[in-house]
Amino acid sequence: MNIIVEVGYLIATVSFLGGLKFMSSPKRAKIGNIFAASGMVLAVICTFLMVLSNAVPTTNLIIALVAILLGTLLGKRMATKVEMTAMPQLVSLFNATGGGCAMLLGIIEANQSRLTEVPVGIKILLLLGLVTGAVAATGSIVAYGKLAGKTKDKRTKGVVYGSRVLLGLILLLPLIYFIGFVPVPFEIFTYIMAAFALCYGILFVLPIGGADMPVVISLLNSITGIATAFAGFVYGNKAMIAGGIFVGAAGILLTLLMCKAMNRSLIKVLAGKFKKSSAAADEEEQHIKSIASAEIAMQLSFASKIAIVPGYGLAVAQGQHLCGQLQKLLANRGVHIDFIIHPVAGRMPGHMNVLLAEANIDYEHLKEMNEVNDQMSHYDLVLIIGANDVVNPAAETKPDSPVYGMPIIKAHESKQVVVMKRSMSTGYAGVSNDLFGMDNCSLLFGDAKDSLQEIINQLKLI
Amino acid sequence: MEFLQHNLELIYFVIFCVFIGIEVIANVPAILHTPLMSGANAISGVIMVGAVIMLMQIPPTNYVLLGLGGVAVFLGALNISGGFFVTGRMLKMFNSKK
Repeated sequence: MNIIVEVGYLIATVSFLGGLKFMSSPKRAKIGNIFAASGMVLAVICTFLMVLSNAVPTTNLIIALVAILLGTLLGKRMATKVEMTAMPQLVSLFNATGGGCAMLLGIIEANQSRLTEVPVGIKILLLLGLVTGAVAATGSIVAYGKLAGKTKDKRTKGVVYGSRVLLGLILLLPLIYFIGFVPVPFEIFTYIMAAFALCYGILFVLPIGGADMPVVISLLNSITGIATAFAGFVYGNKAMIAGGIFVGAAGILLTLLMCKAMNRSLIKVLAGKFKKSSAAADEEEQHIKSIASAEIAMQLSFASKIAIVPGYGLAVAQGQHLCGQLQKLLANRGVHIDFIIHPVAGRMPGHMNVLLAEANIDYEHLKEMNEVNDQMSHYDLVLIIGANDVVNPAAETKPDSPVYGMPIIKAHESKQVVVMKRSMSTGYAGVSNDLFGMDNCSLLFGDAKDSLQEIINQLKLI
Repeated sequence: MEFLQHNLELIYFVIFCVFIGIEVIANVPAILHTPLMSGANAISGVIMVGAVIMLMQIPPTNYVLLGLGGVAVFLGALNISGGFFVTGRMLKMFNSKK
């Protein structure tokens, strides 16, 4: 019996790995997802086989089955109802559930530890799992609130120092406890740690601003994975350890990738800090040319190769479907059109790709920044919709600019640039954009969706 | 030390998992980062396995713990099902005519 369960867990582990491996191409990713999901179902079945080989109380079994049924149904419902623009929120929320599960597991195991003698190693793992789970749970909930626009950024001194003090306590207290200076029972100690970790999760995400969200979500995702791995250690369950570590690795990798794409260190993002602009004083006067939508439509119809650089502003304006329409319209006229996507466009890694895929844009047309940056001069026209900092040439030319060193899409090297913008306000980094003053750049003011609609209407007339 | 000795095999396992995980995931293109993340998120729901094992060990008369354990399993199941369904839904949208 036991060997069947072990082999089941082995197959589950391999299927997780295979599922992730299949994610490396859009064609096979669907199969990969089904693969990983089947592995998960297998792992759950094996678990039931294992627990049922001993006598278990019926009440417990019923509670487990009902909980699984309810969770599955609710999860499916939430997954089918969500809007693609709200994807980052949903992923955060699911992440919070995973963290919450890990935390509850730690608390209950600690409570049960009164009855039997538990080795110190297991106690440490329990604590680690509980603390990471709790931080991920409340952190993800705050991140959810921010992404859904329900929570504002708070960067008061109290929050910053509070989070530092709590972090110190979370790191130090267990040391003191295991040396033996804190004469409280283990379960009471875990409750205290859980409370601290829950508070820390909140304070840790509160000061972090909007465009840094991709970093935070990736990091929290990774923390949940690590919590899972710790719990796996407690039970000696290899499927849990492997699954947790894969998720932890994926999260850390994405976190670092996002940081690199913004040219900011993880520490700075976590501190919610931005390099202050020293050049703010000598603001140069920019000569800005504005352009009418009719003229853009005219230029679009004469061009042969066009690029669109979408930013979060496009998602906010819900303009992605119009982008799809524009692409079809131009493709029918033989105009080649690419979408160039900066790694941090959107509110989570790869978010913009999902939004454009939803608008039925073929993934062959979705280009990564590095793929096309050398060939920017081949584009007759680059339309920038709702993006700002990621096309600012100051990142390459002005060493004292806050965005200096950030990898950008070199839109300014193309023949003609049109920036669609709501107003002259600065981007997230709070700096003016040198691109707007360049000779080959003109601006179209207004809501991205309305402007796109107008361009499409004009284009149909031509 | 004793703990290390007993678990040396597991520690090897962990180290290999870390490297394999990083190698596999580093190959995922930026276009699929969101599905990767939500898929990985769903995989971390494997914590539910632990929650089920734990739930079975709770004495059936301890209603508080049973309730908490039930919530833990529920959260885990929500994580798994939501994660995989939403990933599937996203991936369905990625298509190419070629």
